[in-house]
Amino acid sequence: MEITAAEALVKCLEKEQVEVVFGYPGGAILPVYDALYHSSIRHVLVRHEQGAAHAADGYARATGRVGVCLATSGPGATNLITGIANAYMDSVPLVLITGQVPTSQVGTDAFQEVDITGITMPITKHNYLVKDASQLPRIVKNAFHIASTGRPGPVLIDLPKDVAQTVIKFQYPETVQLRGYKPTYRGHRNQIAEAARLIARAERPVIYAGGGILNSNASEELLALAETINAPVTNTFMGLSSFPGDHPLFLGMLGLHGTRAANLAVTNCDLLIALGARFDDRVTGNIAQFAPQAGVIHVDIDPAEIGKNVPVHVPIVGDVKLVLQDLLARLEKRIDNRWLEQVEAWKRQYPLSCGPDNGKLKPQYVVQKLHEITGGEAMVATDVGQHQMWVAQYYRFKRPGSLISSGGLGAMGFGLPAAMGAQIGQPDRLVVLVVGDGGFQMTMQELATIVEQELPIKIIILNNFVLGMVRQLQQVYCEGRYMAVEFKFHPDFETLARAYGIRSYTLRTKEEVDKYLPEALSAPGTVLVNCLVSAEENVNPMVPAGKSISEAIDC
Amino acid sequence: MMRHTLAVLVENNPGVLARVAGLFSRRGFNIDSLAVGRTENPAVSRMTIVVEGDARVLEQVTKQLHKLVDVIKISDVTAEEYVDRELVLIKVSVDPAHRGEVMQIADIFRARIVDLGRRTLTLECTGNDGKINAFEESLRPYGIKELVRTGKIAMLRGARFTGLQDNGTKEEVQ
Ligand SMILES: Cc1ncc(C[n+]2csc(CCOP(=O)(O)OP(=O)(O)O)c2C)c(N)n1
Repeated sequence: MEITAAEALVKCLEKEQVEVVFGYPGGAILPVYDALYHSSIRHVLVRHEQGAAHAADGYARATGRVGVCLATSGPGATNLITGIANAYMDSVPLVLITGQVPTSQVGTDAFQEVDITGITMPITKHNYLVKDASQLPRIVKNAFHIASTGRPGPVLIDLPKDVAQTVIKFQYPETVQLRGYKPTYRGHRNQIAEAARLIARAERPVIYAGGGILNSNASEELLALAETINAPVTNTFMGLSSFPGDHPLFLGMLGLHGTRAANLAVTNCDLLIALGARFDDRVTGNIAQFAPQAGVIHVDIDPAEIGKNVPVHVPIVGDVKLVLQDLLARLEKRIDNRWLEQVEAWKRQYPLSCGPDNGKLKPQYVVQKLHEITGGEAMVATDVGQHQMWVAQYYRFKRPGSLISSGGLGAMGFGLPAAMGAQIGQPDRLVVLVVGDGGFQMTMQELATIVEQELPIKIIILNNFVLGMVRQLQQVYCEGRYMAVEFKFHPDFETLARAYGIRSYTLRTKEEVDKYLPEALSAPGTVLVNCLVSAEENVNPMVPAGKSISEAIDC
Repeated sequence: MMRHTLAVLVENNPGVLARVAGLFSRRGFNIDSLAVGRTENPAVSRMTIVVEGDARVLEQVTKQLHKLVDVIKISDVTAEEYVDRELVLIKVSVDPAHRGEVMQIADIFRARIVDLGRRTLTLECTGNDGKINAFEESLRPYGIKELVRTGKIAMLRGARFTGLQDNGTKEEVQ
């Protein structure tokens, strides 16, 4: 079959069973859009390319499939960058296709030319500049393979306009041949046996489970491990929802804003079982004092994560689901209640608390109420800031893969477009966005896309008229010198909602939340709930910079 | 701090050098030298990278390099029996009175004179690190006007090799 490379690209996407692409057109990507004209692939026209990248990211997280983005050269491509970096940090599979100026102009500072493969080298798993049109099908095949296997991540394909227009013989490769890319899936037998021995001997084991559990669909195995060896489980932020939030063995999140019980358990454990987690600085606090008495078993699909930040006693490279299956076959039921009693005591002694009533609506209360109404079953997207941490603390997830949030990059503006992608991927689930008034205004132009696509997302703004998380940092580290964190003006969000034709609520008190939040969550269509909340709240507990995670304070 | 010599086989793709160089600078690894050229297989290039660091740094270097899709194979030859060579071109200023001395030094190091000017001599010398350093030191008193080194290349001795295995997998020589 003789077709243009642009048409071939669309055929490749169809072969990869891509159902939706998020994008924004322009001159250099024109041939690809022209080829899409005849395709059944759904195209979601966003309002800013950053929204396309975050939406593809949210879609990928919500479905486990590869998210696909299209953008034009130059500014189109640079607008994707935050989204690419975000996906890279959180190991989300994306394929991003950018138009490029014609080959003859590459390197000449042509109109809307930017070296996007150069720019994205450090934030993609791999990228391609297509020079030979006949190679395009192979490149697309490789890109999807690389993005979705091993440790997932974004792959970018930069396609010069003339290459896109070149006629090629189309054939989609059946297999990938990448001699430099062979992820390890099966854990090493001897290492797994060694891990089983350590577990059998441990007196105070803790399971520390990260986003890798979700990427490898290993929630069932995680639960089986915890229940077999009776070990408490703590999640990283990225790992939240991989373990049932209401399970008696669950400690909550660990680290900077983790529960005291989780942080104390890790600090006092004699065996730390790290599963698909990477000992990030937000988790470890002062790394020299992190789990100081523990032997460490570390399972990860990315060998470079093992031994990167802490020394590891039993390194196991592999897919955490397969490794856990092999490990479970070697484990015996373990019952030692003394450690669990201690952990239980910490849980009882240090429950999460949002301080005394100050007569104002507490943002934490809104999240608690959201949890109560939805029974922990909703898919919750968040933005970045205090509200994000309150979701992490107070929303106890029941279903794996239900938290859509920017962890590693912490990119404000992620929430709204990511919720959009998640709802497109999961049209039948209740998708709720919890967002700050700051982050909401970073990407709120995507409201138009949400309305256009008829997405019934429930948007809850925890509106404190302040960049809450930074305000908290300034309170703790700058002796309360509040600089550039207060908003003196907000648009009237109700009027804004009306402008988009969205139903809205403004809630000021507990009573109003009790009365209207259930209604807002079950109303049809997109809903905006503007909660006017107390601006003085802090995320507690908090581990001060440089301290051990066992030295959390309340501020 | 130890110096390690890595033989890295990479796909001969555009941008691969930038990927490797970018990785080193981004992660704060120190490159002592890097030499790159094609191998017996035109689709494959070989980089010889001399890197400084303790065992932990070296482990990270190797693992991070492995993550690059274009990197096919990495061998740390440091602890192996290997030959290594580097080539240096040195231009020294010599007046006719000292020319004989310089030529004698060249002789001792089995260097070759590749160019002769009225006031300069350009010498070429190959050898391992130590020899090249010694050669440079011996010429320094005469006044080195210009010096360029290629960076080290290395190859295992005997029948063992760090080239592509048949199965083409990424692996390290243990
Ligand atoms: C793009 C971006 N810019 C700046 C920051 C730094 N930052 C982290 S949290 C935060 C405040 C967020 O405020 P808001 O959206 O109102 O949420 P809140 O913390 O009040 O819940 C800021 C500015 C960031 N994470 N991302």
